[in-house]
Amino acid sequence: MSFVDYLQALPTERLKLAQYSATSADVERALSSCEGSLSGLMALLSPAAEPYLESMAQRAAQLTRQRFGATIGMYLPLYLSNLCANECDYCGFSMGNKLKRKRLNLEELRQEIAIIKRRGFDSLLLVSGEHETKVGIDYFVSMLPEVKRHFSFVAMEVQPLSEDGYRCLVSHGLDAVMLYQETYNPQVYRQHHTRGNKQDFAYRLASAERIARAGVDKIGLGVLFGLDDWRFDALLMGHHLHYLEHQHWRSRYSISLPRLRPCTGGVQPKVALSDKGLVQIICAFRLFNPQLEISLSTREPAALRDHLYRLGITHISAGSSTEPGGYAHPQTQLDQFEIADNRSVEQVVDALKAQGLTPVWKDWEAGWINQSP
Amino acid sequence: MLTIADIQFESRLFSGTGKFCSSKIMLAAIEAGGSQLVTLAMKRLDLTAKRDDILTPLLASGVKLLPNTAGARNAHEAVMVAQLARDVLGTSWIKLEIHPDPKYLLPDPIETLKAAQQLCDKGFVVLPYVHADPVLCRRLEEVGCAAVMPLGSPIGSNQGLATQTFLKIIIEQAKVPVIIDAGIGAPSQAMQAMEMGADAVLVNTAIASSRDPVMMARSFAIAVKAGRDAYQAGLGGVSEHASHTSPQTPLTEFLE
Repeated sequence: MSFVDYLQALPTERLKLAQYSATSADVERALSSCEGSLSGLMALLSPAAEPYLESMAQRAAQLTRQRFGATIGMYLPLYLSNLCANECDYCGFSMGNKLKRKRLNLEELRQEIAIIKRRGFDSLLLVSGEHETKVGIDYFVSMLPEVKRHFSFVAMEVQPLSEDGYRCLVSHGLDAVMLYQETYNPQVYRQHHTRGNKQDFAYRLASAERIARAGVDKIGLGVLFGLDDWRFDALLMGHHLHYLEHQHWRSRYSISLPRLRPCTGGVQPKVALSDKGLVQIICAFRLFNPQLEISLSTREPAALRDHLYRLGITHISAGSSTEPGGYAHPQTQLDQFEIADNRSVEQVVDALKAQGLTPVWKDWEAGWINQSP
Repeated sequence: MLTIADIQFESRLFSGTGKFCSSKIMLAAIEAGGSQLVTLAMKRLDLTAKRDDILTPLLASGVKLLPNTAGARNAHEAVMVAQLARDVLGTSWIKLEIHPDPKYLLPDPIETLKAAQQLCDKGFVVLPYVHADPVLCRRLEEVGCAAVMPLGSPIGSNQGLATQTFLKIIIEQAKVPVIIDAGIGAPSQAMQAMEMGADAVLVNTAIASSRDPVMMARSFAIAVKAGRDAYQAGLGGVSEHASHTSPQTPLTEFLE
C-alpha cells in the first residue's frame, strides 16, 4: 500500500471535523505525551491549542535543544534553472510568466559554486523549475559531479523523478531530496496546477516512497501554507511523515513550512497563515516528532526568523538568491519568490551567536557514502 | 482480537510447557489461564515412543501448538528443527530461538535473522525470540516474520521488564504483533507489558514454578486482560509541563 491509497482511505471530512472540535483536555493530554501520536498532533494543530502556545513553545524549545543542541545547520540554495513546463498560479517560474529563462552551464555553475564556497557553505540545495526535457536526469547527472566536488552534502529540489532516476543520482552523490506536495487536498491541488506534469497529484504524492526506496538519506516534505486550510494540510503532512517513518525507517525526514507570498502574476492566499499559526505548526511538529528536521528559508523576515530558531528550527539558509546565476549576477532574472530576509550570511550568523546558537556548516562526510565494499 | 498470520486469538496470554511437575498440572494451568497458543521444545519430545507425556495430552486439549527450536545453537540447526517440527506436528508455526550461550540463554541475533530469512522463504510462520533490539525487530519484520518476541529480561529470571525502554520503541515501530517473551515473573509485570501496548505476553516459569500453577495461571490471565483493557481505554499522560506556567524567558511574547 502506498501513501496514495492511505490518503484516499482516510476519512478526511470526519477528521477535519474532529480537529476543529478538539478540546482543551485533548490539548493538555497532547502536551504531556504527543510523541508519535497523530491524535496528539491533531490537537496541537487545532484552534483549541492556541491558548497553550507558550507551553507548547517551552516544551518545543526544550526538546529541540535536547535533540539538536544549541546548533543550527546552514545550507544555501543554488538555482540551476528557471525553465518550467508547469502552470502553477502561485509561482514566479510558472510557464505562462514572461521572464528570461535560463539554465546554467558548467562554467556558470562553477562561478556560483566559487561564491557560495567563499561564504563558507558546505551543504547545498540544488533547485530548478520542472522541465523534464531540458532540465532532466541527463542534465542533473552532468552537473552533480562538479557540485559534489565542492560540497559534502547535496540536496535537490526539482521535479519528481523515477525510482531509477533517484538511484542514479544517489550513485552520483545525491544526499537528500526536497519534494513538497504543496497541498494534500486533491481538489485544491487541481485548481492551482493547471498545466504540465505537476498536475499528477498521485505521482507527486508517491514520490517520497520512490526516493526512500532509492536509498536517499534525507527526504523533505512540505506544504505551501495558504493554498488550503493550513491546520488540516499540516495534519495530513503529519500523517505522511508518520507513514514514511514507519515504512521507510532508514531515511531521515525534514519538513519545510513555506507560506504563500506574492509573486509575479500570483494568487492571494485562501487561508493566510499568521505568524502565530506558523509558531503553532513548528511547535506541534516538534512535540510530535522530536528528531524531525525543520528548515526555514529566507522567505520569512529577519525579525521573525530570529525568534523561530529556538522553537524547533534546525536548518536555515542565509544570503540566498532564488534565481539561476543570481550569486554571480544578482538581479538579472526574475526571482521565484521574494526574499524577506535580505541579511548577509555574516549578519545572520551574528544573530544566531547573539542567541547562544552555533552555526553548523559541515555535518556530513561525503567520502564515506556509496563506497561499496 | 489478536491476529497472527490469519489465526485469531482471544487470549493474549501465551504459555509454555516446561518446568511443570506433571503433565496434569500443566494442562490444568493452561486451561485456567485460557491460553490458546502454547510453545513446546522439540528437543523435549520423545519421538521414538508411541506416547509422549507432553505432546499427547496437549494434542488432545485442542490448543494451538507453537513448537520451538530451543537447543539450536545456530541457524542451520534451527532450520533443521523447524523442518522436523513441521513433519512431526503438521504445523508450519515455529518459535525461533537460538541461544548458543548456555548460562543466560540469550538469543543470537545474527543466527536468528539468518534462520528467520530461510524459514520465511520456506513458508514457515516464524515467531523469533530476540533481545529487545528495535532494529533487529525491523529487520526480522522485513524478512517476513509473523510476529516478534523480544525479551523482558533473561529467560526464567523473573526480573520483569528490564528492557522496558527498548520494548516501547519496538511496540511503537512494529507492523507485526509484539509478544513480550521471557523474564516476566509476576502478573503485575505482565499487566505492565500490556499497558505499554504489547500484543501478548508469553509466560512459563512464573506459572510453572509457582506453588500453585493453576491459581497463578488464572492470576496472569486476569492481569493480561486488565492491562490490555487499560491500554485500549487510554492511560492518562504523566504530566511534565506543570512547571511551565511561569517560564523564565517567554518564547511567544513577540507575537503579541
